[in-house]
Amino acid sequence: MSDTVLRRKVTGTPSRSGRRLRRRDLAEGKVSWPLTILLVLGSLTVLVPLYFTVVTALKTPAQLGGAGFGVPESWTWSNFADAWRLTNFPQAAGNSLMLTVGALVLTLLTNSLVSYAIARQMAHHKVFKGLYFYFVSALFVPFPIIMLPVVKLTAQLGLDNQIGLVLLYTVYGLAFNIFVFVAYIKSIPLELEEAARIDGASTWAVFWRIVFPLLAPMNATVAILTVIWVWNDFMLPLVILSQRDDLTLPLTQYVFQSQFNTNYTVAFASYLMQMAPLLLVYVVAQRWVISGVTRGAIK
Amino acid sequence: MATAAAPTPAHVAPPPEPPDAPRPLRPPSRVPRAFWWMVLPAVAIFFVFHTLPVLQGIFFSFTDYAGYGTWQFVGLRNYLNLFGNDRIAHSYLFTFQFAIVATVLTNALALTIAMGLNARIRLQTTLRGLYFIPNVLAVLVVGYVFNYLFSNSLPVLGQALGVEWLSTSILANEDLAWLGIVVLAVWQACAFNIILYLAGLQTIPGELYEAASLDGASTWRRFRSITFPLISAFFTINMVLSLKNFLQVFDHVIALTNGGPGTATESISLVIYRGGFQGGEYAYQTANAVVYLVVIIVLSLAQLRFLQSREVES
Repeated sequence: MSDTVLRRKVTGTPSRSGRRLRRRDLAEGKVSWPLTILLVLGSLTVLVPLYFTVVTALKTPAQLGGAGFGVPESWTWSNFADAWRLTNFPQAAGNSLMLTVGALVLTLLTNSLVSYAIARQMAHHKVFKGLYFYFVSALFVPFPIIMLPVVKLTAQLGLDNQIGLVLLYTVYGLAFNIFVFVAYIKSIPLELEEAARIDGASTWAVFWRIVFPLLAPMNATVAILTVIWVWNDFMLPLVILSQRDDLTLPLTQYVFQSQFNTNYTVAFASYLMQMAPLLLVYVVAQRWVISGVTRGAIK
Repeated sequence: MATAAAPTPAHVAPPPEPPDAPRPLRPPSRVPRAFWWMVLPAVAIFFVFHTLPVLQGIFFSFTDYAGYGTWQFVGLRNYLNLFGNDRIAHSYLFTFQFAIVATVLTNALALTIAMGLNARIRLQTTLRGLYFIPNVLAVLVVGYVFNYLFSNSLPVLGQALGVEWLSTSILANEDLAWLGIVVLAVWQACAFNIILYLAGLQTIPGELYEAASLDGASTWRRFRSITFPLISAFFTINMVLSLKNFLQVFDHVIALTNGGPGTATESISLVIYRGGFQGGEYAYQTANAVVYLVVIIVLSLAQLRFLQSREVES
């Protein structure tokens, strides 16, 4: 018993779910061990490719061969150094980080504001209702139809760089973000806003001082999805960026693929270095990420 | 996300009578000016970077523009030429085959796993965390890892087990390469769908199941009569978004096969990208993109209508 409690603490299960579990045990029977085992086995489909990536990144080319699932005989850290140099990792990582942070900040500041105006006015004014459908319908416009014209447009405007990309991520995220923000804002009672107005606050002040802080849970959801999207995105940087110095991490994997083809161990070290930052953040913040995404789904 | 259909606590706003309104004579539909300023810049930028490119695309699809130089109107010629083009026909065939199989597999697997993760199991939080991992990884990069697995590791296993079709790389096999892309796509997309289905399953009150088991309902019966109807809104949105996303498949193909062997796994997106940027077929491929846009919208709407009509039924 104390063993399970301990394990639960270690895995970070919130005590609430522990209580629920016990209540259900009483009501509906015991924990299903066969199901647990089945799901653990199923999770190997996720873990094995990750394990494979790690061990391959640590091998020498001579140790490759066979199915490749064996543990490396000696750990070869030089693969990481080689990948670091070959892909110019610091620059690519810096670019990816800048894009992600830029898109994140701009998205949170603007998308929530637009959603607020639409959510509060769409019941009163047809234009706002129309805007809601205008933005959300973009969910169903495939990127390839925009791709060719927008590349010309950004090139003409001198936005074929990171600034342009940050702008595009912010704009292209609008469709989905308005969808989730508006549903959430509608569930926030008006009373607080009205009280602030009576005290003389302007509409802007009401948004920044009252509504924006109330949006924290939804901001977290949108933040998580934006970070995952921008950090991993391949197609948009591929078509927009024109300078080699602007390459993002996924792009460097693509650009150096021909050199990797003869050098799998360095390639895997490089893959791991692209995956690691987000994976680490995820392992630390796992609970919030999952509850954040779930919240986005239910609202 | 799923809540187009879910009832949000409908917040019925009182008739707009801003407290700072000096006179009650104001027309009732008056919107405070600040709200206009909140949306105007976004509308302008969205129009320039999203709607305008769509319109431009539609416009150039009626020309012979190569992406540079001069152009002339050619009417429907690009569209007519699309129909006789084997490469384009094949890319549509491949994309549909891939998208349908991947959509069905992803949703079946994700729903099954989500139900498992929602049941009375140990390590619940940890397992939920594990199954979400593929979603935080870049498709392109994971795709390169899978590429190695498919072309080096699996053949070794296939030879050891004496399985003929696995003994060589399936990615080099014209008939099997698409399966590799399906595996990668399902592996990656399941993660997000599992979480959405879990969110749906958690909205079902446990009492319903208790009542059903008192009535002696079998597991299958409980799934058919309780679980599935109550999460049908989530099912609809997952099916529609999956199909829409899979129809746009690009990164997966680049990482695994680069469209090969030959042109066996060229998706529509890949054809548009290659023809448009590298082949000087700017106008021709925008016509292709317009057809593609229409196909996606029609399919999504049809799917939405069909699935939602079933929701009402149940």
